[in-house]
Amino acid sequence: MTDASPIARKAWMATLAKAPPARLAALLPYLPPHHVLRQPEIGAVMVRGRVGATGAAFNLGEMTVTRASVRLETGEVGHAWVQGRDKAHALRAAAVDALLQTGAADDIAARVLHPLQSEADTARAFRAAKAAATKVDFFTMVRGEDK
Amino acid sequence: MITAPADALEGGFSEAPLQSARAFREILEAMARPGTIRRVQGARPPEPLSVAAGVALLVLTDPTTRLHLAGAADCPAVRDWVAFHIGAPLTAAEDADFAVGTWDALQPVTRFRIGQPDYPDRSATLIVEVDRLVNHGPALTGPGIETATWLILPETAAFRANRALFPLGFDTIFTAGDRIAGLPRSTRVEAI
Amino acid sequence: MYVAVKGGERAIDNAHQWLAEERRGDPTVPELTIPQIREQMALAVNRVMAEGSLYDPDLAALAIKQARGDLIEAVFLIRAYRTTLPRLAGSRPVDTGAMAVDRRISATFKDLPGGQVLGPTFDYTHRLLDFTLMAEGEAPQQRNLPDATPADRIPHVTSFLNRDGLIEPVDPSDIAPPDLTREPMELPANRPLRLQALARGDEGFVLSMAYSTQRGYGRTHAFVGELRIGTVAVEVDIPELGFAVEIGEIELTECETVNQFKGSRTEPPQFTRGYGLVMGQSERKAIAMSLVDRALRWQELGEDFTGAPAQDEEFVLMHCDNIQATGFLEHIKLPHYVDFQAELELVRKLRAEAMALQEAAE
Repeated sequence: MTDASPIARKAWMATLAKAPPARLAALLPYLPPHHVLRQPEIGAVMVRGRVGATGAAFNLGEMTVTRASVRLETGEVGHAWVQGRDKAHALRAAAVDALLQTGAADDIAARVLHPLQSEADTARAFRAAKAAATKVDFFTMVRGEDK
Repeated sequence: MITAPADALEGGFSEAPLQSARAFREILEAMARPGTIRRVQGARPPEPLSVAAGVALLVLTDPTTRLHLAGAADCPAVRDWVAFHIGAPLTAAEDADFAVGTWDALQPVTRFRIGQPDYPDRSATLIVEVDRLVNHGPALTGPGIETATWLILPETAAFRANRALFPLGFDTIFTAGDRIAGLPRSTRVEAI
Repeated sequence: MYVAVKGGERAIDNAHQWLAEERRGDPTVPELTIPQIREQMALAVNRVMAEGSLYDPDLAALAIKQARGDLIEAVFLIRAYRTTLPRLAGSRPVDTGAMAVDRRISATFKDLPGGQVLGPTFDYTHRLLDFTLMAEGEAPQQRNLPDATPADRIPHVTSFLNRDGLIEPVDPSDIAPPDLTREPMELPANRPLRLQALARGDEGFVLSMAYSTQRGYGRTHAFVGELRIGTVAVEVDIPELGFAVEIGEIELTECETVNQFKGSRTEPPQFTRGYGLVMGQSERKAIAMSLVDRALRWQELGEDFTGAPAQDEEFVLMHCDNIQATGFLEHIKLPHYVDFQAELELVRKLRAEAMALQEAAE
């Protein structure tokens, strides 16, 4: 088992969770042999905000989430918590989390993780560009009384 | 990397919807008919927890219930198992919604929450691990018991004192192996 | 008093059948798909998510379809569904400062870091019906867009005022907030509980309450310090890992009002704040929520209670939930035969007594 740092793992789990399920399935059509430790389970997470954006926490409302855990035949354990109700997505994300702890990590990162990350970056930049196009450029008109 | 040891990841329900519904029904029956002994299955918790205590925890606790692990039950294996399968925050006895351990480890039981007059439900449920559960011992009477029944108990004074607090008080679930019995606060326990 | 009554099963079955047919409408018109509702009725979907208190656009779209477009009925369906879900965790508080903003405007400062970003707004439209949509007009053309690097953080407007001590500070706290979906609401409520109730409250109710403060019933002189709409990541502490992971992204609308405040018995002159945060894109609700939040804070800020409904916590919090309201309202159409018999008996008796007295007097 390669010793993944929590920081790296945190980042790839986020990428897998936010990935469009169909895209993840296209990049990794077949799951490696595994034993399911936690069957995909649909539930809710209570989303919290902060009073005045920075103050005390409050409960805003829930969101759907699906979680799953698997163990590969080689022993690595993968977990996934993903937004929505797609059980296949959760199982596949857990399998990728486990694969990224194996010797095949570099290959999986190149084939699955990096494409997902770069597509997410592109989508985010596209949205930011649309927003930037609606940014207001103020100009002040010269008025007669300003002498 | 912080990861729970592999065996902590085993031993939950394999068919959670069915198994938890069945087990919930058994626990409900046990509480509704104090003193009756029921059997439950489906959990394989780490030592020293019994199957029945594991089932009770899987069914009754979740991330919104504060759990107190008493005595030998407060060990890394149990903590990791609870973290993965249940996610209940672990807490001191005084703040617990649920507590699990042997009767000795849970002492003094007067420290557990008994609710408030307007919210008697804000009280603790004690899951008490015992060596054996048989219908022999002090007589039990009260709601859910037609005439009287008998149940082996670790003592009687604490349960009589708890009954005197009604409608406040804690509720008790006894577990031994795969056997489970309930002793809600409403049950009158014969003095011995 | 309620009495169990049997009968009517056939009528009920047929009513349900007819309801299904009416929901479908004219079968020669193509049926709506869930993705169509999700993508093209997004603001209705957002409202159902916000008031249903469950972020899941597909489910909200399904609820709208099933409810024939009755949004309160759709909210009811979502509320019923969410009770079947195990609560797996509570998130870390979302960081709206790191929001990927689609829209971000301030009515108090013209030039502010990050700029005024209009986003896909109805503002500045002429509110003229666009008949090209009726003629199934083309999708908007792709445009040339400027290059833009997404900003990591966009500071809140109130942080500028905060630096100069001109606005009341808000102190972070990670005390687990009360949850009215788990514990019955107890009054007086603290601000986190009030905000939870308002966030899932009926948009129309919250709007009317806010409007009443603007018309003078509990006036708070609000400016929209900042309004932002965009997506934030939701991060959850995963017990089996021992660290927090982003599990997805949700769209939020946030409004912070800056309110004029001359000072009170307990507080110095400074600006005060109202806060609104709503799931999805719903700026009307977010602005209204922040006005009502501010109005409800009269006691903590040492202001006078003027008897205005929007200042009355019990009035606002106990009546803002449209599912509670519609449940109690609509139940009166269900059989009350025995209640009414009793009323009938009583009125007959009183009437007979009154008549007898009248006759005796004559």
